[in-house]
Amino acid sequence: MRYLPLTNDDRAAMLATVGASSIDDLFVDVPAEARLDGPIAGLPMQASELAVERHMAALSRRNRAAGDGPFFLGAGAYRHHVPASVDHLIQRGEFLTAYTPYQPEIAQGTLQMLFEFQSQVARLLGSDVANASMYDGSTACWEAIVMARRVTKRSKALLSTGLHPHYRSVARTMAKYTGDTLVDGDPDFAAGTDWAALADSIDKETSCVVVQYPDILGRIDDMTALAAACQAAGALLIAVVTEPVALGLIKAPGEMGADIVVGEGQSLGVGLQFGGPYVGLFACKAKYVRQMPGRLCGETLDANGKRGFVLTLSTREQHIRREKATSNICTNSGLCALAFSIHMTLLGEAGLRQLAAINHGRAKAAAAELAKVPGVSVMNHSFFNEFTLLLPTAARPVVHKLAEKDILGGVSLGRLYPDNDGLANGLVVAVTETVTGEDIAAFAAALKEVLA
Amino acid sequence: MTALNRAGWRPEMNVAGGAADNVTFTGNRALMLEEPLIFEIGGSETTGVDFDEAAPAADLGSLARSAPIGLPGLSESETVRHYTRLSRQNYAIDLGLFPLGSCTMKHNPRLNEKVARMAGFADAHPLQPQETVQGAYAVIHELAEWLVTLTGMHAVAMSPKAGAHGELCGILCIKAALEARGEDRRVLLVPESAHGTNPATAAFAGFTVEDIPATEAGRVNLEALKARLGPDIAGVMITNPNTCGLFERDMKAISDAVHAAGGYVYCDGANFNAIVGRVRPGDLGVDAMHINLHKTFSTPHGGGGPGSGPVVLSEALAPFAPLPFVTKQADGGFRLIEEESAGEDHPDTFGRMTAFHGQMGMFTRALAYILSHGADGLKQVAEDAVLNANYLLRSLDDVLDAPFGGSGPCMHEALFSDKGLAEGFSTLDVAKGLIDEGYHPMTVYFPLVVHGAMLVEPTETESKAVLDQFIGALRSIALRAKNGDPALKSAPHFAPRGRLDETAAARKPILAWSEPAGAPGAPSLSEIGGS
Repeated sequence: MRYLPLTNDDRAAMLATVGASSIDDLFVDVPAEARLDGPIAGLPMQASELAVERHMAALSRRNRAAGDGPFFLGAGAYRHHVPASVDHLIQRGEFLTAYTPYQPEIAQGTLQMLFEFQSQVARLLGSDVANASMYDGSTACWEAIVMARRVTKRSKALLSTGLHPHYRSVARTMAKYTGDTLVDGDPDFAAGTDWAALADSIDKETSCVVVQYPDILGRIDDMTALAAACQAAGALLIAVVTEPVALGLIKAPGEMGADIVVGEGQSLGVGLQFGGPYVGLFACKAKYVRQMPGRLCGETLDANGKRGFVLTLSTREQHIRREKATSNICTNSGLCALAFSIHMTLLGEAGLRQLAAINHGRAKAAAAELAKVPGVSVMNHSFFNEFTLLLPTAARPVVHKLAEKDILGGVSLGRLYPDNDGLANGLVVAVTETVTGEDIAAFAAALKEVLA
Repeated sequence: MTALNRAGWRPEMNVAGGAADNVTFTGNRALMLEEPLIFEIGGSETTGVDFDEAAPAADLGSLARSAPIGLPGLSESETVRHYTRLSRQNYAIDLGLFPLGSCTMKHNPRLNEKVARMAGFADAHPLQPQETVQGAYAVIHELAEWLVTLTGMHAVAMSPKAGAHGELCGILCIKAALEARGEDRRVLLVPESAHGTNPATAAFAGFTVEDIPATEAGRVNLEALKARLGPDIAGVMITNPNTCGLFERDMKAISDAVHAAGGYVYCDGANFNAIVGRVRPGDLGVDAMHINLHKTFSTPHGGGGPGSGPVVLSEALAPFAPLPFVTKQADGGFRLIEEESAGEDHPDTFGRMTAFHGQMGMFTRALAYILSHGADGLKQVAEDAVLNANYLLRSLDDVLDAPFGGSGPCMHEALFSDKGLAEGFSTLDVAKGLIDEGYHPMTVYFPLVVHGAMLVEPTETESKAVLDQFIGALRSIALRAKNGDPALKSAPHFAPRGRLDETAAARKPILAWSEPAGAPGAPSLSEIGGS
């Protein structure tokens, strides 16, 4: 077996050193009835690299890759061009095959990268401090709700109807078992958000209000008034960003007063990857830092007075505090954080702003073109790179008919809200810099045919 | 920047040119290169990405982001150099033995990186129409079948994102099962030797945690456990092999007792590498166990993730498994069970744990790893991992105290304590000494049940020659620590940094870059780490 360096002679010599007559002697603590004599029956035996690659390639070919044709899916995962140098750098063995930086003297590469990542994320989200990453946006969202409970000592969370339904689903699952109260609902087709109504619903039990920006239907809105309403009532405003590229063009939630800003960082550096691994972003105001979940990297000095970085404030974490920790998270999403950070460094502020503007421009062009299809209208007044089309018929079958024409034309609200017939005609369409004018024309033509 | 004097020397250099004091103009030392932060070398107008079009004008009114964001950019050439230089300040498996106990730092095969990047996997959207991603579902299903068969369990939940998330999944299954029975059991029993994630997870899910006493031989005390079982006990969380590197001999009896008392058995599968292909947890009465794909199945740790923590489940807990999951249909096609169809197909599910399907990029890697090994290769993995650990244990137990060395063989990791080190010398000094010898230290001060614990896990991908050199190095350091060599107290001497002041870091946390007050522009060499 090509990954196992011991020879049979090595094994014999080592068994002699150990004082065992056979390998079975080393498994003596396993009860006899649980010991397996030979390889588990019914499973294949070892295979060459060529054979495995062939098998996996055949499976890969059974998928329609996003880049194989016109592609307009978003709804929490976005297809952006990732510069080639990003993937090269994250495959450096010193990054790829390192562990969590528990020995900082020989992990400054990872630690400095995390410090840079935290700094970039805090600035992008308009907040004071960011952690070293969470699993993804949906789990970061729930952790933010739990953190708001710790800070406010209240346990009722108001979720905007514009929150991604899968994020809501994760929160509902957890709240069922933790005793937190959630107030939530499905969105309505409306050009505006439900934020004003949310501000009116805050009461003395409310720990936090959770809004998504841009929201699941692509709408953007100013959260300044909502932040003020939260603050006046002693509740926290949590903003969720599933498309961080948007923040190159529109105001950051932190700038508008959000207390905690979480997000899905997949758009930068990570790629679609069929849903994971992704990278959760988590930032907050400095005064709440000791209530944050997850790892934090901080600056310090070494014994010789040189600047260096370490994991810090770990008394919040499970390996020190055990059942009193702020979260159970241990392994996070380090390598995806690296990919995010490298992509952000390549873009820089100027590149990010240009990328965001191109996304927005391309989406506006697509919205205008698609609105010309008979019976189709664009619901949103405002959007970044994603908007909701109202079709004259249920969107879900339309998506499948478009796929037959090799056009992946968005995410139907019928899939996201299967129990809500009122939303069935909605189609959420994302348009990034990877979409060409020809793609938009092909989508519009195919949609016209399908609806005819 | 520090001024040069007329002879071209920095003031702190000695007159001979500085070599004697290890001082250089740059702060670099040949291949050991200092690297500033991107915030110190980048610019707001610099970019490493070109676009085919100018930025179109946007009309966003008051929502437009007008204030500077403060994100530095670098050209591509500078970017590649920055991160390459940073990478060289990291230790990694690719450089040598990485014997972190309980972390299973084994070789990461590069085939796995290649398959994960195949366009059908890497460039597929989680919400694509199901007919366009049948290959992705096939990967999830094939890996699931392997995990179920290797563990002898009934079903597997694939979506948990890492080990601790898998623990949460298993514990929520237990909670849902108790609810279905109409029972309100609030206590989970967890041994003191458990990973910190176990009690943290139990608390995160709303349980109270109580300790399970251990025996002198480092294992769960079966009689004490039995005595505590009762109608308030939801179950136990047990790591097997445990964090002392020992197999829980009484595992089946523990399971039987817990089941008889109406509870469930959660097994922390972090140490599955020791038994994969040789022992099936399902045969030991386990109800739920997470599998760290980033440990046993070699997906890279990446400097702290991503992980992946599928959870295998017994027949009793399988009905409560989370959404979404993939099923194979009679026609050979695959279907995703989501909220929509759960009512018919999976009515008792406890819900959803994450936005999408879990760590697909880890599934492809783990499946390639498993197919490469096959049933025979995986059995060899466990055997070589256990042999390597016992070889270390017996080659070192004359110079380092092995608290459970007398109770028989260890599994995949060897545990030592700080007993016998000279006054004032600690496990930390041994660890830092290893750094100077070119190794990553072992896990230190864990498990908590052993004073000054040193937990050494070599894994199966190390050769005898590598182990022999490591044994020599660790023997040397152990002897220095026993004899009180003062140089060990200030180790490491040859790393990119000396010991770091963690107390200062926590007392006044600096968690993000801020521009130096009153000094915009180029930083001084001392600020960027040069001496």
